[in-house]
Amino acid sequence: MDFPEALSCPVPILSHDTVQLAHGAGGKLSNEMIDKIFLPRFTNSTLEKMEDQAVLENPGGRIAFSTDTFVVDPIFFPGGDIGDLAINGTVNDIAMSGAIPKYLSVGFILEEGLPFETLHRIVLSMEKAAKLAGVQIVAGDTKVVNRGSCDKLFINTSGFGFVPDDVNISASNLEIGDKIILSGTLADHGMAVMTTREGLSFQSTVESDTAGLNHLVQDMLSVSTNIHALRDPTRGGLATTLNEFAASSTVGIQLYGDSIPVKENVRGACEILGIDPLYVANEGKLVAIVPPEVADAMLNAMQKNELGKSATIIGEVTDKHPGIVTMKTALGANRIVDMPVGEQLPRIC
Amino acid sequence: MCLAIPGKLLEVFEESGLKMGNIDFAGSVSKACLEYVPEIEIGQYTIVHAGFALSVLNEEEAKNSFDAWDDLIDRANAEGIEMDKLERPD
Amino acid sequence: MKYLDEFRDPVVAKKILSEIHAVTTQPWVIMEICGGQTHSIIRNGIDQVLPKEIELVHGPGCPVCVTPLEIIDRAIEIAGRPDVIFTSFGDMLRVPGSHKDLFMVRSEGGDVRTVFSPLESLKIARENPGKEVVFFAVGFETTAPGNAMAVAQAAKEGLTNFSELVSHVLVPPAMEALLSSPLNRVQGYLAAGHVCTVMGWDEYDPIAKKYKVPIVITGFEPMDVLDGILHTVKQLEAGTYKVENRYTRIVEQGGNQPAQALIKDVFEIANRKWRGIGEIPVSGFKIREKYAAFDAELKFSVGDIHTEEPEACISGVILQGLKKPHDCPAFGKECTPQNPLGATMVSSEGACAAYYKYQRILSD
Repeated sequence: MDFPEALSCPVPILSHDTVQLAHGAGGKLSNEMIDKIFLPRFTNSTLEKMEDQAVLENPGGRIAFSTDTFVVDPIFFPGGDIGDLAINGTVNDIAMSGAIPKYLSVGFILEEGLPFETLHRIVLSMEKAAKLAGVQIVAGDTKVVNRGSCDKLFINTSGFGFVPDDVNISASNLEIGDKIILSGTLADHGMAVMTTREGLSFQSTVESDTAGLNHLVQDMLSVSTNIHALRDPTRGGLATTLNEFAASSTVGIQLYGDSIPVKENVRGACEILGIDPLYVANEGKLVAIVPPEVADAMLNAMQKNELGKSATIIGEVTDKHPGIVTMKTALGANRIVDMPVGEQLPRIC
Repeated sequence: MCLAIPGKLLEVFEESGLKMGNIDFAGSVSKACLEYVPEIEIGQYTIVHAGFALSVLNEEEAKNSFDAWDDLIDRANAEGIEMDKLERPD
Repeated sequence: MKYLDEFRDPVVAKKILSEIHAVTTQPWVIMEICGGQTHSIIRNGIDQVLPKEIELVHGPGCPVCVTPLEIIDRAIEIAGRPDVIFTSFGDMLRVPGSHKDLFMVRSEGGDVRTVFSPLESLKIARENPGKEVVFFAVGFETTAPGNAMAVAQAAKEGLTNFSELVSHVLVPPAMEALLSSPLNRVQGYLAAGHVCTVMGWDEYDPIAKKYKVPIVITGFEPMDVLDGILHTVKQLEAGTYKVENRYTRIVEQGGNQPAQALIKDVFEIANRKWRGIGEIPVSGFKIREKYAAFDAELKFSVGDIHTEEPEACISGVILQGLKKPHDCPAFGKECTPQNPLGATMVSSEGACAAYYKYQRILSD
């Protein structure tokens, strides 16, 4: 796999090739790592002050605050890595309130012996993702743990953004007749990670969809602020998100069976591993619940954004069977789309 | 039991003394053992279960099934059976 | 996807369905043996659109469901040992033993890994010579070729740290056991397409004749299943009881000969216990004497295992097609996929889990 960014930006020369416990001990080595690896990539006036906290302007109004921790294995996968995932994940969680994400903090837990080359590559992709999303990393922390106490590295990101005054998005806002819009194909991220894992003999062409969705959300809000609910279906997939919506709003959700887009290669991987794409994680997709009168205009606006070009209406909110998500099958029957139980596992039967 | 779907054989190679192949499932490529389908040729479809190709798909027979079903459709049309009436309301 | 999507075409499927409606004149009970077909039937809602005269009952063709509790407990015991890497298809990890499942073994520090092919397990054995690598070889005839190959290959390579914990079961003896039960309701069978891919269908002729039941071999896509039902109903209505192959694109009468040869080399036929049903004579495989070094049951002496099945669970009668999941008082209450009492609630193709997951909207 090519990583052109990494080639254009060589690993800074440090006194060690790999992370040592001393790099987390707060002395000279810590400073060297911060100065050479983190600061040049995450640079902004707030971070450069190197205070114990970021002091930020408050424009007034409501803020949306979120935190998430990233432990994905493998740390590099087709289409992304733990770094851009960590930025996009928190950016998206903030954006799903309709807020414009502004500031992030980043906490690293590094396993002793992690090559700086690896860390640098991840930091570069974090830089790129943050720039694309238009967010600043204004606070950070690094801890180094003994070998075996974590797997290579874990990353926590927290952040916040500002919610426009006339926006009120919540899982409990669904109304009968609302349309359900999905921004694109399902299951790309989960299958990219799963087919990369050892033991599955896959030569995967599936790429993660990891992406920051905040600009797409702003495009949607510019059509109408009348979005009832918005969420990015990550772990547990679309089925989980829709079940949460149905439960929070005490309404039924009816999906149109054949309408849910899945890329062919992703479907191929799902078929052979016996996995239902409805239950697989996405990292660059959103599902929006909107009143029927704005659905078409919203869909048009989404399709003009690269991240929403395959957006489609996949179902509607109904007064039947409150709290339950159903899907109409091609034969005209109805089946329940339940919450998944635990991790999706490849199965042979 | 026994999830097995058809994929197309892309290439053949040897691994630990076994005849293996890469099988394409709509763009996702999975490795499978070909020891049980010695007659298989590249480009043919095979059913893979738990990493083993178990049968070469008979394309002629697949077509026969379709033809038989097409007859069914023609007959249904001739008899004026209305499909949608079979759907039950929500 | 080629040779998959064509068999999911709703227009053709509805035509086959209309033909089923046209030929059905009286009530019939048909069992689909294979859990994969159960999954397809429930997922596509096939049972909802069939004529009301046709009752589908779901058979025991789910290895997760019928693997006996003592083997699960044995697997759990072996998997917990510090010198063992325990490998399994993903299906088996959540199956409850008497006290825990393989996931819990992993959380307690056991090295439990999911593999997609028994050859992956062999690879792990090559890469970890200091560890005992055990593969949980469950399944029906379909999985047997792979599991046999892993043993034969280990023997050829002289790998001494690989073994299989075998719980292999066979379809025809189970079909016969169900038919010979005084409580039997099954009048026709859909036979499991992929089992027949390996074994062919010569074994089914005597069963069809002896018990006067039509046996129709079919696949897993909606059109295959509907077509299989159509041809079973046609035979039932006409009073015939032949073995009919409707999965001709995949299945040949003699099955897969090289696979049968290696299966015969590695395994011998044995009596097997089926969870929820009990012991069925000559209904499974065990590893032959000459490959005894690869038999995990012999390699790891596991002390007495005291199994405890939850009292409320009626999975045995469900597997025999005598009751439906919602006839069970525990269904959806004490017993859910999150907290399964029996294996039929664990496997995605177990009748209880399939009903729970895809249960119909009864109130509409």
